[in-house]
Amino acid sequence: MKVTLNVWRQRSPNDGGSFQIYEVDEVSPDMSFLELFDVLNEQLIEKGEEPVAFDHDCREGICGSCSMMINGRAHGPESGTATCQLHMRKFEDGATITVEPWRANAFPIIKDLVVDRSAFDRIVEAGGYITAPTGTASEANLILVPKEVSDAAMDAAACIGCGACVAACPNGAAQLFTAAKIQHLNLLPQGQPERWSRVIDMVDTMEEFFGSCTNHRECEAVCPKEISIDFIALMNRDYIRAQFKQRRLTGQKS
Amino acid sequence: MTRLHWSPGPAAAPAPPVGKAAGSAANGLNGRIPEGPIADKWSNHKFDVKLVNPANKRKFRIVVVGSGLAGASAAATLGELGYAVTMITFHDSPRRAHSIAAQGGINAAKNYRNDGDSVHRLFYDTIKGGDYRAREANVYRLAELSVNIIDQCVAQGVPFAREYGGLLDNRSFGGAQVSRTFYARGQTGQQLLLGAYQALARQVHLGNVELHERTEMLDLVIKDGRAVGVVTRNLVSGAVRSFSGHAVVLATGGYSNVFFLSTNAMASNVTAIWRAHKRGAYMANPCFTQIHPTCIPASDDFQSKLTLMSESLRNDGRIWVPKEFGDERPPNQIPEEERDYYLERRYPAFGNLVPRDVASRAAKHEVDAGRGVGPQKNGVYLDLSTAIARVGRDVIDERYDNLMQMYERITGEDPYVAPMRIYPAVHYTMGGLWVDYNLMSNVPGLYVLGEANFSDHGANRLGASALMQGLADGYFILPNTIGDGLAPLLGEDPVPTDDPAFAEVESAVSDQVKQMLSVKGTRSVDWFHRELGKIMWDDCGMARSAESLEKAIAEIPELRSEFWRNVRVLGENESFNQSLEKAGRVADFLEFGELLCRDALHREESCGGHFRVEHQTEDGEALRHDDEFSYVAAWEHTGDHAQPALHKEALEFEYAHPSQRSYK
Amino acid sequence: MTKVAGDLTDAPASTRRRPAPFVVTFYRSAIAKKWLMAISGIILLGYVLAHLVGNLKVFLGKDDINHYAEWLRELGEPALPHEVLLWGMRIVLLGAFVIHIVAAYQLTMMNRRARPQAYRSPRDYVAADFASRTMRWTGVIVLLFVIFHLLDLTFGTVNPGYESGNVYRNMIASFERVPVAIAYIVANLALGIHIFHGAWSMFQSLGLNNPRYNAWRRYFAMGFAGAITTGNVAIPLIITTGIYP
Repeated sequence: MKVTLNVWRQRSPNDGGSFQIYEVDEVSPDMSFLELFDVLNEQLIEKGEEPVAFDHDCREGICGSCSMMINGRAHGPESGTATCQLHMRKFEDGATITVEPWRANAFPIIKDLVVDRSAFDRIVEAGGYITAPTGTASEANLILVPKEVSDAAMDAAACIGCGACVAACPNGAAQLFTAAKIQHLNLLPQGQPERWSRVIDMVDTMEEFFGSCTNHRECEAVCPKEISIDFIALMNRDYIRAQFKQRRLTGQKS
Repeated sequence: MTRLHWSPGPAAAPAPPVGKAAGSAANGLNGRIPEGPIADKWSNHKFDVKLVNPANKRKFRIVVVGSGLAGASAAATLGELGYAVTMITFHDSPRRAHSIAAQGGINAAKNYRNDGDSVHRLFYDTIKGGDYRAREANVYRLAELSVNIIDQCVAQGVPFAREYGGLLDNRSFGGAQVSRTFYARGQTGQQLLLGAYQALARQVHLGNVELHERTEMLDLVIKDGRAVGVVTRNLVSGAVRSFSGHAVVLATGGYSNVFFLSTNAMASNVTAIWRAHKRGAYMANPCFTQIHPTCIPASDDFQSKLTLMSESLRNDGRIWVPKEFGDERPPNQIPEEERDYYLERRYPAFGNLVPRDVASRAAKHEVDAGRGVGPQKNGVYLDLSTAIARVGRDVIDERYDNLMQMYERITGEDPYVAPMRIYPAVHYTMGGLWVDYNLMSNVPGLYVLGEANFSDHGANRLGASALMQGLADGYFILPNTIGDGLAPLLGEDPVPTDDPAFAEVESAVSDQVKQMLSVKGTRSVDWFHRELGKIMWDDCGMARSAESLEKAIAEIPELRSEFWRNVRVLGENESFNQSLEKAGRVADFLEFGELLCRDALHREESCGGHFRVEHQTEDGEALRHDDEFSYVAAWEHTGDHAQPALHKEALEFEYAHPSQRSYK
Repeated sequence: MTKVAGDLTDAPASTRRRPAPFVVTFYRSAIAKKWLMAISGIILLGYVLAHLVGNLKVFLGKDDINHYAEWLRELGEPALPHEVLLWGMRIVLLGAFVIHIVAAYQLTMMNRRARPQAYRSPRDYVAADFASRTMRWTGVIVLLFVIFHLLDLTFGTVNPGYESGNVYRNMIASFERVPVAIAYIVANLALGIHIFHGAWSMFQSLGLNNPRYNAWRRYFAMGFAGAITTGNVAIPLIITTGIYP
């Protein structure tokens, strides 16, 4: 196979960037999209040009490092797939592929296709945990968790924090990420004691960085883990309920 | 053997002399194992260690490098205890550390299935699985703590798989004869890491942990024989910066990427522990590397890494190759009687569930014999059709759905239609920096956790035990033992980072960066990595011989000197520069690979993941030499142009008596 | 203390504000604004439906619709004085309208700030549809239309044959102007598209999500938008084309 890549190059956060066109021959259909960039970079190094910077690590769809806007779609044309697990057999021979970094105010570009997603960590730090200092835990099977609940929590917890939801959202909102993080914990019995404060703290922090949800559903469509927007509805409900709770007297009871 | 020269790399600052090696016993290293019966050692030890008063804890600063299971759990727990923690990770978020990719599960001796499991059995299985090359006391402690880990993780909200009654589910894993593995779909590592990361995030929020992302540790600073801090490079700005503390904790993972193709993440590397080694820490058993039997075979030469498929597939999958050599028929058209279920044939008792090393070598044996399958003839079949016929597709879907999807995505083949193709790949490294029972290396103040240390798995690790060890080290062991080293330092401030000890190491780090940028050669960093990987895999992979190892030991220094003459690293230091990052890591692999081969050459026996073709039984099984090699080989760096010195820690087995493994 | 994100790059730092009265803090949140938009949207949907049902009486003849208009003014009598309930409803409606628009404006501004630099290559949307992506434009069209509509049929300012109280005659007079009729039709198509997304979206914003009825949320929105649009477009269309009377 042979492809033409139209890649966003930007030297540093404050430089203006532009698209550069590169031809890559000898593309194997079994190659992953990131391996295509490996080959491109080898070509560039040979020519004495700086290779394209892109975030990547595990290359098996779980670390959430890879982050490319491919032909206008976060993580490219295949649904339920991170860029690293997208393979060249999904493209036509001779295709032109445009690759851009995630774009959001909260994700400043560091270089080329690499962005800073640390705002996600700030959201988690605001309350995305269960306070259970090491050593305090009781026997694990004392906490019964119905299978349905545990499965639903796992569906939310599958989030890899890649930021595709923000990248794809026309509003640059992080609702799907935040909802997944909140609902993973809010659904579980262990998460109840901090349920209402968690949702308030995390949502408030999210809104300092990101846009708002207008229910485009684009996030769900590009999520490599296919996390459902049902969690966004649950988060909205928890948030409003938390706002009206008299928590001083009722504690965190639902 | 000719004397080979060590790194011609830039002259690093000379390593200062390290304080007397941990209680050097007459005949070698002393692991400082507590007295008493094995079941009481850990509780006795917790009573014996010095404590730091709660009000004084905040006066101690601890630098933790690495944010995987071990590092994140340690940093979070130390923060909870009140220590001042500095967390350094080269990832953009602590949550991306490679622990996240572990699929299968985590072992714990809960005996929820009432199937005869116990702490003692997990201890025994781990020692035996490790081919009697691990320290009994450490392994027993690990088995003991496994139970607390599950409690801790459930309390944090890790969504482990559950039964319909709401109780935790278990499965049997990787050759264990009891069901003791807890799992969260095929994403157990992810969920455990998120648990630890969330606990860490809470400590960051509370201000107990100071987080530095995209910051890579490039050297260790030692003053007066103590580890006093690290020197890092900010991957975004290129700024070299030192962090100082009363103790340094390395939890930087394993070195599988010395083989280039492995299941490890692209950034996983040996740099932190290698630099610590060059500053005086002993590297123990580097030749103990684990090959995982169920990975997706490489599809072409561009392959950048291999993808692991959880070993749990072997619970339901049957492994076979065509009996006929060069059989080109699609698998479905090969009738049952023309298939060779070679594991079931050779190991009737364990069948497809033989330990990883046995399963891996058996696959290599079939492929080398020319019965490999797939376009590159580089795999064997793993066939779920019998299990699908028995329990139905729905059950198989429920168990392995994400693996099936992953396989289909990567290969473009539907595993429900044709059997999967698998082949072994380097996956985990049991070796690492030598540590004592407190997880402290021979350098006082330097602690090493998780895969980065050598401690608990011996020559081979059981499936679902890596997560267990990382979390045991981070949540429970280090927080209880670090006080012993810190208490005597009460009242001392950390060495200021403008101390000459720091300045010297900082300039060495800057010099190396400059040198790499100034070579301006013709070969890319990846080219060198790939070449090193070829040498390592061919000559020091699944089967090693004196001849192949000597060849590797001759070739690696040549490659290394070519690296320093001919590497091409473009761009500058002062910006985000991934080639530069990688160049430093490959430079260290090029030094470390040689030590790995030397260790493999010196260990004239086969055990666990280390298979020397000269040492095998008539059936082709690993042949140990307990009389000669029942020790931990800890190597001391003696200079860039000198042979490393060997220190031995004798292993004594009081409770689990060495026997030859047999899985027939 | 929350760590500031600006460590690596110029990622915006936390801008957490001081505690303020509940109403203020509540309204500050985008989720609460969306919740208020959903609540006000429901009020507006109810109004749009009632308005249509009332106006369809134009097809029953002059007396029916004029009588209906008079009945609206007498609503609540004799308990309440003349037109008081009607004005009450108008105030609620105006309030809902203002909240809906102000919240939408503020959220739009927030969303613009969230992505100051647009993508430089064309987007390939998977799920976001025409309706969801044009909410702010269909919203503006509806707003402008409502202003015109009030001037036309409530105040009569722009209606040449305006006669207070004679709804029937005013409607005929307005729709006899073809461009006005076309404007009504276009505006009502925009309203339909707006409702198509809004009547589904409000369930999400309110957190009403249940696998048992999730599919019906979409059917409801389609049905509601379809019915309102058909009715609203039918009136100018039929009157202007002279099919009726």
